[in-house]
Amino acid sequence: MANLAAAPNPYSLRVVATTRRFIRWLTRPHVILSLIMLFLMYYMIIIPLYRMVETSATWQPRDVTSVPNAEVGKFTLYHYARMLTGALGKIYLSTPLQHSFTVAIGATLLSLLIGGALAWLVIRTDMPGRKIVNQLALIPYIMPSWTLAQAWLVFFKNRLSGGTPGVFEFLVGQSPPSWLSYGPVPIIICSALHYYTFFFLFVSAALMSIDSNLEEAGELMGASRWRILRKITFPLVLPAILSGFVMTFSKVMGTFGGPNILGTPVRYYVVATMIRGSMGVGDKADGFVLAIVLILFSVITISLNQRLVGTRKSYETIGGRGFIAQVSKLGNMKRILLTAVIIFQILVIVVPLALLIWSTLMLQDGNYSPSNFSLQHWIGARGTVYNHGEPGVLLNPKIYKTAWNSIRLSLWTAFFTALLGILLGYAIVKGRGTRLSKIVEQLAYIPYVIPGIAFGAVYIAMFVKPLGPIPALYGTFALLVVVSVAKHIPYSSRSGVSAMMQVGRELEEAGQIAGANVWQRFRRLIFPLTSGGFVAGFLLTFITTMRELSLIILLVTPQTQVLASQTMFYIENGDGQMANVVILILIALVATGNFIIGRFRGGSLKKGLGM
Amino acid sequence: METTITIKNLTKRFGDVKAVDNVSLSIKPGSFLTLLGPSGCGKTTLLRCIAGLEDPDGGEIYIGDKLVFSYDKGISQSPGKRELGLVFQNYALWPHMKVDKNITFALEIQKMGKEEMQKRVKEALAEVQMEGYEDRYPREMSGGQQQRIALARMLAYRPKVFLMDEPLSNLDARLRMDMRAELKRLHHVAGATTIYVTHDQVEALTMSTEIAVMKEGVLQQLAPPDIVYHYPANLFVADFIGNPKVNLLDAVVDGRGSVNVGKFNLSVNTDNAVGNVVVAVRPEDVTVSTQPVPGAVEFSAYSVLPSGADTTILACLGDIEITVKESGTSKIKMDDKIWLKFNPDALNLYDKESGNLIACKN
Repeated sequence: MANLAAAPNPYSLRVVATTRRFIRWLTRPHVILSLIMLFLMYYMIIIPLYRMVETSATWQPRDVTSVPNAEVGKFTLYHYARMLTGALGKIYLSTPLQHSFTVAIGATLLSLLIGGALAWLVIRTDMPGRKIVNQLALIPYIMPSWTLAQAWLVFFKNRLSGGTPGVFEFLVGQSPPSWLSYGPVPIIICSALHYYTFFFLFVSAALMSIDSNLEEAGELMGASRWRILRKITFPLVLPAILSGFVMTFSKVMGTFGGPNILGTPVRYYVVATMIRGSMGVGDKADGFVLAIVLILFSVITISLNQRLVGTRKSYETIGGRGFIAQVSKLGNMKRILLTAVIIFQILVIVVPLALLIWSTLMLQDGNYSPSNFSLQHWIGARGTVYNHGEPGVLLNPKIYKTAWNSIRLSLWTAFFTALLGILLGYAIVKGRGTRLSKIVEQLAYIPYVIPGIAFGAVYIAMFVKPLGPIPALYGTFALLVVVSVAKHIPYSSRSGVSAMMQVGRELEEAGQIAGANVWQRFRRLIFPLTSGGFVAGFLLTFITTMRELSLIILLVTPQTQVLASQTMFYIENGDGQMANVVILILIALVATGNFIIGRFRGGSLKKGLGM
Repeated sequence: METTITIKNLTKRFGDVKAVDNVSLSIKPGSFLTLLGPSGCGKTTLLRCIAGLEDPDGGEIYIGDKLVFSYDKGISQSPGKRELGLVFQNYALWPHMKVDKNITFALEIQKMGKEEMQKRVKEALAEVQMEGYEDRYPREMSGGQQQRIALARMLAYRPKVFLMDEPLSNLDARLRMDMRAELKRLHHVAGATTIYVTHDQVEALTMSTEIAVMKEGVLQQLAPPDIVYHYPANLFVADFIGNPKVNLLDAVVDGRGSVNVGKFNLSVNTDNAVGNVVVAVRPEDVTVSTQPVPGAVEFSAYSVLPSGADTTILACLGDIEITVKESGTSKIKMDDKIWLKFNPDALNLYDKESGNLIACKN
């Protein structure tokens, strides 16, 4: 006890040590990055979601006129009551929800059928021309999702809308029935022909990774080919099918373009078009209620799905690499199947594009005589009776500005997404096993389950006023970039993680030992080693952003118009042919981007999807 | 150049598992210490703690007289400041850099002059006999060549301490033999304190000046190779070291130098052990003959395994099994009657309960 005063104070020493340890933990690169990423995602995902829920549950200024005792900003379930119950609820929600569900399930099942069959033919049969089919099968995905809907209309439309005859009527001499022209059937077909690519990619990756020994073992035991397919192959690709299901279903639920073109003329509304409708008349809170229901619906379906397969949602290589896949001999069926595939691809790629081009070369829509041929919609003069007096697209300064907006938006989004991907990948992979890394990974997954149009709706509520360090962004171009980057976070984190997994941790540790600081390690080791993933992520995002509509349709203003939204405004204005010209330009731009992807070593659609 | 490394009460946990459990050891300057143990024993974790790649949960590490880690003081120097070099198991050469860039990376960070750097590259490559490989990418070289480049990368910036994490485990058997000799030579020339991790006891015995045997995070024995081989501190070390394995026999000692193994008795030169023990005898300390010899016990040859320079014989007597090593090619055939004689000066006795060495050979 005597030398107590002389001894250093153990308590203060302990505080110093603990502080030092905490600072050291905090300044680890992956911890700092994780915290920055959490902060970013908090602003980009959590706050918008919160604001949306808040707005939907409070009185809005416009409610005051219809409800006497409404107090702006106070809590109320008025909007929920309005949208979820009674006659209004039926019109606004339950019917559209049924429609959304019908369309999403129908399109997902049809996608599964097409994508699964194509994948099997390409990977596991001796069908000739499989390599080319493999390439062509991805083309529908790089076209804007509503291209097929527009082409469908050119062919199948009847006098119900616009009053001009479609190609079908011109050829057959009879108007097609309305169920064929509009509504769920064409929506399902057009969506499926676009989104089957997910199933195609997932299932072919899974089929490629199955060791055919597993199937041969079954064969040796005397099982029939069908039995092997059902009992061995199918269970092995089931995880891939479920991944495809989740992705396709949530995409179709949130898709706006197709249902707007093919459903709205016959008042066949889905939730996505209904949200747009409510927002259009300024009823934000009502629109948000719909968006929240759509999100919940999507989340429940997806989690139900994952519950069904248990936790085995991963589709990792089964059986290892380096095996030789045994192909099924098709025999006599070879020709028939090949012909079917060729016809399918012509129908999905060539015919729609031809129809669109044809429609843009007619002066008056629906007049199929040669004298009606015109380049008015491409290079026509200003001030004619056509297209509300707008000049042809190629002479239209507005279109150039819009196209520049599209390119600008895609470049910025692609850059930030690819960068975020690498940083997220680093934070998640280096922190593997820690709670922080898990939180980052899970938070990054959230935008995945929020349908596109609802995600756009989320952002309306946000950034109207300055928020923390962020200025008011409503109506700005930056907002479009932010929403596009945020929506891409799940994909970028996935591809970032897989890029980072390829870089062994020793490579960075060797740099640490050599005395390199964080910045030197990133600049000279991490970035060069992950540049392949960066380029792949960049180009993929560039393409998908270019043709994204559902996400931004609620957020564009005349100043920030992009090509994708411009087509929709032309269609809604009755200038369908102008819209088709713009779609063709958009496809040309996207195709160029895709071509560049092919040029870069290692860049591919698959890599960008984190596979 | 010669540096002491002192580790005090070092502990590192991963979740509930103690990968390194209260390890204290002191490494003499210029020595070649091998951390030896089965996989999962914590040897690599301990090495990574010394390198600064892991943050321990307790204890202190000194390199030279510099305190580089102290849990209680909250100190932990970054790996780059500890003046050590590390050769990784998979070499960890940066695949996007050519050999010369791989070597100069650390030198550039030290802001060394261009000419000096080129000189260092030349020297380092000469030391590992890889002159002229400056312009190769790592993937353009064989595993053995990459291994040498990884060594050169470490040698070039002249760290005070060499750390090596199973550097030879990815090489084929032939190359591994060659590299052992090279590494030992390299250490001899450079004289830097070296810590070497391996699970291969032959590697440890042939290369080290000292061996630290570890099991489940706990240090079992720290001693020069011949001590570890001849006087293992406990049954785990005795069992782990030596090829073929040591013979371990349950026995009872009467306190007067007689050990009852069950079917026969052995005499030992000690009288301070009593009760249940385990007798350990190395295969080469048993003499085998084809004729009855006084003091020998009759066994039957269960299996005979010649390997050129020597022959390993598995001998059986009831449920007692003894491995014997005889030099040269043995004439004994399987199922032959043989007589084994145990050298009384070569028996180690271990306490049955604790497994610790209680009486040892002279």
